Parts: sequence; structure tokens; C-alpha cells
Amino acid sequence: MRQINMDDLVQRVMDELSKKTQEVIHFPEQKVRGVDNPNNAEALERAMNRTPARIGIGRTGTRMKTTSYLQFRIDQAAAHDAVMKAISPEWLARLQLPELHSRATSMQEYLMNLDSGRMLSDESAKWLEQHGDKGKDVQIVISDGLSTSACEATIPDLLPALQQGLAMRNISVGKPIFINKGRVWIQDQVAKIVGCKVVISLIGERPGLATAESLSAYMIYKPDANTVESDRTVISNIHRGGTLPIEAGAYLAELLEEILKYQASGVKYMQLRAKNG
Amino acid sequence: MSKLAANSALERMAAKVVLSELQLKDIYENPVIPYEKDEVTRIIYDDLNLSIYEEIKNWTVGELREYVLSFSTGMPELTRISRGLTSEMIAATAKLMSSIDLVMASQKMKHQAYCNTLIGEPGRLAFRCQPNHPIDDPEGILASMKEGLSYGSGDAVIGINPNNDSVESVIKLLKMSHDFMQKWEIPTQNCVLAHITTQMQALRGGAPISLMFQSLAGSQRANDAFGVSKDLLDEAMELMLRKGTASGPNVMYFETGQGSEVSLDSHEGVDMQTLEARTYGFCRHWKPFMVNNVSGFIGPETLYDGRQMIRADLEDLFMGKLHGLPMGIAPTYTNHMYADQNDQEIAGMLTTLGGANFYMGVPGGDDVMLSYQDTSYHDDASYRELLGLRPLREFEKWMEKMGLMENGRLTERAGDLSVFD
Repeated sequence: MRQINMDDLVQRVMDELSKKTQEVIHFPEQKVRGVDNPNNAEALERAMNRTPARIGIGRTGTRMKTTSYLQFRIDQAAAHDAVMKAISPEWLARLQLPELHSRATSMQEYLMNLDSGRMLSDESAKWLEQHGDKGKDVQIVISDGLSTSACEATIPDLLPALQQGLAMRNISVGKPIFINKGRVWIQDQVAKIVGCKVVISLIGERPGLATAESLSAYMIYKPDANTVESDRTVISNIHRGGTLPIEAGAYLAELLEEILKYQASGVKYMQLRAKNG
Repeated sequence: MSKLAANSALERMAAKVVLSELQLKDIYENPVIPYEKDEVTRIIYDDLNLSIYEEIKNWTVGELREYVLSFSTGMPELTRISRGLTSEMIAATAKLMSSIDLVMASQKMKHQAYCNTLIGEPGRLAFRCQPNHPIDDPEGILASMKEGLSYGSGDAVIGINPNNDSVESVIKLLKMSHDFMQKWEIPTQNCVLAHITTQMQALRGGAPISLMFQSLAGSQRANDAFGVSKDLLDEAMELMLRKGTASGPNVMYFETGQGSEVSLDSHEGVDMQTLEARTYGFCRHWKPFMVNNVSGFIGPETLYDGRQMIRADLEDLFMGKLHGLPMGIAPTYTNHMYADQNDQEIAGMLTTLGGANFYMGVPGGDDVMLSYQDTSYHDDASYRELLGLRPLREFEKWMEKMGLMENGRLTERAGDLSVFD
């Protein structure tokens, strides 16, 4: 029997494994047409371009094709990761936003205990009492919410457009603040402290798969202890695949003017507006 | 968050032992939210058949569980006692049931309803086609609608969640879906899921609506937060029966979901599951065509992970059916929960086995307006395929006419939205 040189053999295996392949896997980001023999290819193409929804992706039996399935899982993984990201201090400094904090001391606490995000920390409440602009028409609040990416992607365009729109309409605005790990309802406490008429909260929405960058605007007119969900006016899906941030900023200024005019937000505002025709 | 959790696994089991020994009359005499204080409690109690309740009031919850699971108890028996059970009793029973218990009991009950078409026949499974678009672009919505229909999703309802819920926008979407159904002669229902007051305004303005929708909760305080009350729902239903497009008599569509009361801080110290049961007790008053939960829509503060989501779906299906509801399920999850596609598929398969009437359907499992994951058109078709279930009767004929289905299975043409072009 020939003697096998083990060291030699091991070395040959190691050499083979360490050969780095130049091959890169190109994996598509956009949805891929998976319908093999469409009745009307042009119509299918048009339809697919008309919506970010995952249509035209075809099937194998009743199941998704492999590429579609993996794309879906990738997007879900990215979205889950996006929830956990923290806002960068440089970004806040660039936008000149003072950073306040809610009572949530960690992401876990923020996710599991809603109440922790609904009130300012004692320190932040004190800061706002001392440094907030009092008695203005509108107070702007920005929060990472469930997507830091949403703030980063939309606020730089939205905020100036909103501020401009309000200035044009001679609506007074308090200096915008950033509340770290804030929830929508924290706007009620903010209103109480600064004594404004309306609070508009720009908050990162929980990431979907199509986008981890979607922002919502929640507006409330003079909230008090009896305020309920249906009293808030909401505009959602502000992102580059939905309502563009610049357009949203302009539209929100219009909407705030209406809310101030009717002295109501939410369902009440809708009803008053409907009455006026 | 409701501060109700047991401190240990054994403590939880001790609570179940106590629960199993409680008599139904103990529960009857102690509603979790007092009658005088809460409209949901009042509806549940006022709708009860007292003579049926009298027959069973001395049963313990443990005995009720055994009755439900016994061979000699079938659909007629369960339909009957459901008239004498309050929601708290039904929730209590579910708390003593394991996974197989819940699925097996669910299988015994299949409730039918009629809007434009009949839903709930044994051997059939329906789907809502949910063709949402981030900014309600009508062409974009139409594209997703065609996609869904080409997979066989849409026999329960074509139900659109509008991003812009102004009356003008709602009317436009109702007209669009109605016109499409007319043009292609599709036997189904249409619905735009704005706040019920907006839908009513649209209806008064002459918009074509088959089904009217509202989200409901299990406490009056939570329903107040939604801007909903018994009087409003009465008004809505009456309006639908007078001006809606459907034959009926079932013209309402409700959605629920464990945890909405917690999220709105209006749980009144009651656990999520019991509140969910009370939502069913409330909504059965309006004899809906469709009721589905939306588990996991809110987030980890209500359902933490896939395991909890699956459990919630099994509980909800059983509890809904024992209330006599034509119950559907939406096993959903968000991206800030610890759940994934596999959990959803498991929940879907088990509730299909349990005989859910319907599920939602969204393109590729991803709702691009509401930013959450629900069952895809593919999963929908798969649930039928797995158990040999057919679409609703009239819709199946339509699918065959369109060349999309044959002998209950998808044809070559299925999955191609351009069959409509």
C-alpha cells in the first residue's frame, strides 16, 4: 500500500479552499417579471411599473419563484435591522435639532412598553419648560419612532418645506425639537408644556418591506385629558416611493392652516370641513 | 402592559386550575367590565338567550371544554349553546385549550353568511383581495386587483385600505372597484376601509358599496377612541340595507385584533384575549358577512413573537366561531416583532385546517401601504391546494369562465394579471 502523506494532502486541500473565486452573485433589487407567457406583455410591464407592490412575479405551482422569495426575505431582514438603528448626533447637529428623550431607556423597553415612549424624561420635560418657545400656533416634533432611516431620508427635505409653508401663511412656529424614542402621544405632553395650539409630530413608521424610510405626520389641536385617537389627523407614507417629502411639507403647511382655522383636528375637523362643503 | 401577567409558569397553571373550576354562572354574575359602565357588556348581555343560559349555568368551565370536544357535540349543539354563552365564558374555555383542542373544535363549526354571494360553505375557502397602493393611484390599485383575481383571491371581497381617507377619495375607489366588477361580471363584494363615518357619507352621496367596514374593540372606551358606538353601527347598517348594492342580509365587515385596547390604553384591566372575545360578542349583534382578526398588526408590545401570533390565531378562530361568527383570520406580523414568514405560514395552515372562512390576500405577502406582512396571493392559493378547498361557488364558476381555474386548481393562465388586458 502506498503511504499517504497526510501533511501533503492537507496542504493541497487548504490550497484549493483558499483560492478566492472572482465570481460575484448579482442579485436583483427590483421585482422580476416571472410570468412566462403573459397574455399581454406590454400591459403587464405597465402594471408592474405602476405600483411598488410585488405583482407580475409569476409562480411555481402555487408558490413564489426562488428569486421573489429570497427578495422578500432580504427586505424583511433589512426592515427588522432598521428598527434597531440609533439616530446619529451629527445628523441632529446638522439640522440644529435639540435632542430630548422619552422615558424609554432602551430599544427593548421602547418596543415592549408603550407608556415609556409616551412621556418625556424628567430632564427633558424640564429642558422644554425652560427652553421651549411658548404660546406659538404650531410646535414641530420630530421622532425616530420605529424607523431612524425614515427621519434621515425625509426630514432634510420636509422640514424646510414645512417651515416655509407656515411662514408664508404667517403661522407662528416654535423651534423644532427631536424626541429620541418618542411615541405619538408624547405630543400631548409637549402641547401642555409649550402652550401651543397645534402639535405636528413627524415620526418614523414601522418599516415595511418596500421601504424602511416611511414617515408619518400626526397633528393634534389643543389636546387635553379627553383626547382620543380619532382626534388626531394623520398623513402617512411620506417617502420617495409614496408622497415626496417636499410635497408633504407644503401640503402639511396647508393642512395646519385648515386645522387652525376650524380649531379642530381628526374626525371633528373632517366633519366641520364637510359641513362647509 | 396591562400588568396582569403571572409571576411564574406554576402561578399561570394555578390560575387555569381555578378557572376550570369556576361555574358559568360565576362568570355571568361578574362581567369583566360592569354592565352599567360599558356598552360592549350591555350588548353581550342583552343579546343572550337566557333560557339556554339557564340550562348550562351550573357547568364548570372545565366541563364546558369537554362538552365542546366530545364526539356527541356537533355544529347544531354548539350553535345552540353559543346563544347562552357570554364572551368571557368563551374566552375562559379557550384558555384551557391546547393547539389541537382549538383546531378540532373550530373544525366542528362553519358559519355561513350572504352579501352578494354566499360565504362559509363546507369545502370552500375565500379570500379578500387587498390591492393597496401607497398613494392610492387608481391604476396601481387596479394592477394589484387584477393580479389577485388571477390567483383566485377576491371572492370574499375586493377591499381597499385608502391612504387618503377623504370622502372624495373613498367615492372614487368605490366606483372604480364597482365598475371593474360590473365590467368583468365578477360575483363578489366591494369595500373601501375608511372610517365608517366616511363610508356612510360616501353611501349617502350615491357611491356603490356592497360591504361596510369598521374596526372594533372589546371595551367601550376603546370603541370611543375609534369613534364608534352602537348607535353609529345601527345607523350604518340601516343605511346599508336601504342604499347598499348587495342583497344581504349580511352587509357588515368587521376587523378586530388582540391588543388594540392595550394600545389605546383602554383595556380596563382586562387581558387581551378576553377583550378580543368581547369584541366578537359585540360585533355579532350586527350579523356581519365577514369578521377577521388581525393578529400581530400592532407590534411586539401586544404579540411579542411568532409563537404568540400562532397561539392568538388559533384562539381567535375558535372564539369567533363559538360566537356564531363567519370567522376569517389574518395571521400577520410586523417588522419590529420577532416573527417571520414561516410563523405566518404555520398559523395559516393550522387555521385553514380549523376551517377559517377567509384570509386576506396581498401581492407577494407585502402590503405596500400599511407596511406589514399578510398572506400573499400565493399563500392563499396554497391553502386551497393543501386541503382541496374551492373558492366560493359563484366565484369558482367565474374563475372557470375566465380560464383561470379547472376542477378547483389553477390553470396555466393563472397568475397573469394581463388576462384582463
